[in-house]
Amino acid sequence: MGRQLLLEHIAVPGIETFEVYRKMGGYASVEKALKTMTPDQVTEQVKNSGLRGRGGAGFPAGMKWSFLDRKSDKPRYLVCNADESEPGTFKDRYLMEKIPHLLVEGMITSSYALGAKTSYIYIRGEYMYVLQILEKAIREAYAAGFLGKNILGTDYSLDLYVHPGAGAYICGEETALLESLEGKRGNPRLKPPFPAIAGLYASPTVVNNVETIAAVVPIVNLGGDEYAKVGVGKSTGTKLISASGHINKPGVYEIEMGLPVEEFIYSDQYCGGIWKGRKLKAVVAGGSSVPILPAELILKTAKGEPRLMTYESLADGGFTSGTMLGSGGFIVMDETTCIVRNLWTFARFYHHESCGQCSPCREGTGWMEKVLHRIEHGHGQMSDIDLLVDVAKKIEGNTICPLGDAAAWPVASAIRHFREEFEYHVKYPEKVKNPKHFEIEPFVSSKQLVMV
Amino acid sequence: MAKVTIDGIEIEVADGTTILNAARQLGGASVPPAMCYYSSLKGSGGKCRVCLVKVAQGSSKDPRPIPKLVASCSTPVADGMVVQNLTSPEVLEARKGVVEFLLINHPLDCPVCDQAGECDLQNLAYEHGASTTRYEEERRTFEKIDIGDKIKLHMTRCILCYRCTMVANQLTDNRVHGVLNRGDASEISTYIEKAVDNDFSGNMIDVCPVGALTDKTFRFKSRVWFTKPMDAHRSCTKCSGKTVLWMKDNEVLRVTARKDQYGEVKEFICNECRYDHKNAADWTIEGPRHIDRHSVIAQNHYEKTDLLTLKKEIERQIEFQKGKPLPLALDEKK
Repeated sequence: MGRQLLLEHIAVPGIETFEVYRKMGGYASVEKALKTMTPDQVTEQVKNSGLRGRGGAGFPAGMKWSFLDRKSDKPRYLVCNADESEPGTFKDRYLMEKIPHLLVEGMITSSYALGAKTSYIYIRGEYMYVLQILEKAIREAYAAGFLGKNILGTDYSLDLYVHPGAGAYICGEETALLESLEGKRGNPRLKPPFPAIAGLYASPTVVNNVETIAAVVPIVNLGGDEYAKVGVGKSTGTKLISASGHINKPGVYEIEMGLPVEEFIYSDQYCGGIWKGRKLKAVVAGGSSVPILPAELILKTAKGEPRLMTYESLADGGFTSGTMLGSGGFIVMDETTCIVRNLWTFARFYHHESCGQCSPCREGTGWMEKVLHRIEHGHGQMSDIDLLVDVAKKIEGNTICPLGDAAAWPVASAIRHFREEFEYHVKYPEKVKNPKHFEIEPFVSSKQLVMV
Repeated sequence: MAKVTIDGIEIEVADGTTILNAARQLGGASVPPAMCYYSSLKGSGGKCRVCLVKVAQGSSKDPRPIPKLVASCSTPVADGMVVQNLTSPEVLEARKGVVEFLLINHPLDCPVCDQAGECDLQNLAYEHGASTTRYEEERRTFEKIDIGDKIKLHMTRCILCYRCTMVANQLTDNRVHGVLNRGDASEISTYIEKAVDNDFSGNMIDVCPVGALTDKTFRFKSRVWFTKPMDAHRSCTKCSGKTVLWMKDNEVLRVTARKDQYGEVKEFICNECRYDHKNAADWTIEGPRHIDRHSVIAQNHYEKTDLLTLKKEIERQIEFQKGKPLPLALDEKK
């Protein structure tokens, strides 16, 4: 197994308590940062590390930090986005549940770097038990003098709060999250202004994913340059991948960036291959929003190079033959999976979660769901397939926030790569009446199934 | 000051002006349509996406184009910006898409809708929409509800522009209604059977671009094009008292605030002027309201043109017929 920077001590009994975590070298980054470094030096280390946002977009975290308006006389805030609701992604929950202190430590170090006196962890409402774990960890950190007034005898003070959302996917979008945190309806804001200028309570704010903030801990401990040595090219460090679907060993894995996708799926260290000895059909590599790829394109790029688990390699080929690393929700599908049914499930999710603020997403997501429902249940027409492509195209890029894109990409990519299957549903309505149609008789298309 | 080019026409506007307002200063066909933006309501805009335009050049400093289409109502101009509205096929295609989205859950029963004739969505669909629908599924429907004794809410027709909730927030003391639920199940509603009851609530009706909020005192009394709109005023302690009376003979059927050429009210009126003075004797009538001649309301138009002006206009047209350049129209001379 590769190097582990976040989950190194995950198996140590009692790691969720302050004593054990501290004994394993925890809170060293806080001591190092507060006592020997200036806030700008910490930011510099994060920049050097090449750390990219782990929430999905992959924007360089150090750059995001440097956009923060430091000249403003308003208070600055750090908000941790723990509203992890993407279907297929569950890495943040695992991290917060098992090593809550890693996130608390990362919050303290990052808040120090940004000069935030108050910081928030916005956690999704369904994770109520995780919220209790985090609150316990925060109480312990207060008791040990790592939070509150004059941390470790320095003149830096920080208050950290956990705030539960009410269970809306849209509140994972950073400006909707801030609206919700302010107590308003969770509608995304129009940008600009960006949160770095006017975020929470119209003050400069940085919003980062749980894993991004946790990664600040090894960056400060090791130094940014050392951290940047892990990984490949512009994809540095390690990444938590939540693997699910038709694999032998589903779960959360910490991988070094640059691991070949084939090894990740078939190696016994990771997913352990496809269950029941079946063949691989398709993979959604980064949570439900990213384009789905058929087996031959996920293992190798269109140019025939092996595909690696990095931002660049997965995106190789653009949206024609590539996908995105996204949030690391790795969903594997075997030959019995019905792509249409899977897509309908995704579309139903986006329809349910659209905030309803802007027209293309509000109306388009519902429309796509209804058309997909029709096709999947054997009531579709051939023209519906092109209709779906057209609707997806008209949503994409025309909405306020990326939820519209997230709803459109899976539809466009599934039809691009699995058009035959949609046509099959229209041609043989009797055969798809049974919801488990492809389990009984797998859909065979010579180009889409590979045996490794 | 910033120089922007919209559809090839250059204009200089103050810094911070939005693309939409810059286009409105230019006037003419290049003004993007707007269904949710309302200049006098803070925070409006950005939601309906019909005003999307293409920015072909970001500014003179950074000439790169903006990769996505932007909402012109909420994007400020930059010096040297080049904007394409009608000249970009991409914009027209996207706009057609948005109109289609707005119509999939909107009933297509204009003939029985009270807003017909003064409906922004009707105009928009006429200009940018397709003639047929591709939507076969069931449409979202709601029961009609009364919010207050004077206003009828028919959520089925609503396009969720959020304008009316902003009226409630910004014109009145208490926020009494807002948006419930999410996605296409969102609805405008009051807080658990509470009536909307304050002096300026009637303005919700004026800002509604469609027939979702209608005046119960006027509802189904007359088609709007059979009425004669007259500018009128009275002295009022609560508002400016400047209104439009919608009359049939000498009967006042409805009182509304005055809308400008983009359908926006600049001076909101109080409920007393709107509902309690439906008597022509209460008002000083200034004269006919100018209605754009393209509007269906102008069907029954009656602005009197005196014969001298008419004669001059005919002479002007005759000159033009002879092959001379068209002389300025009378109202364009100054």
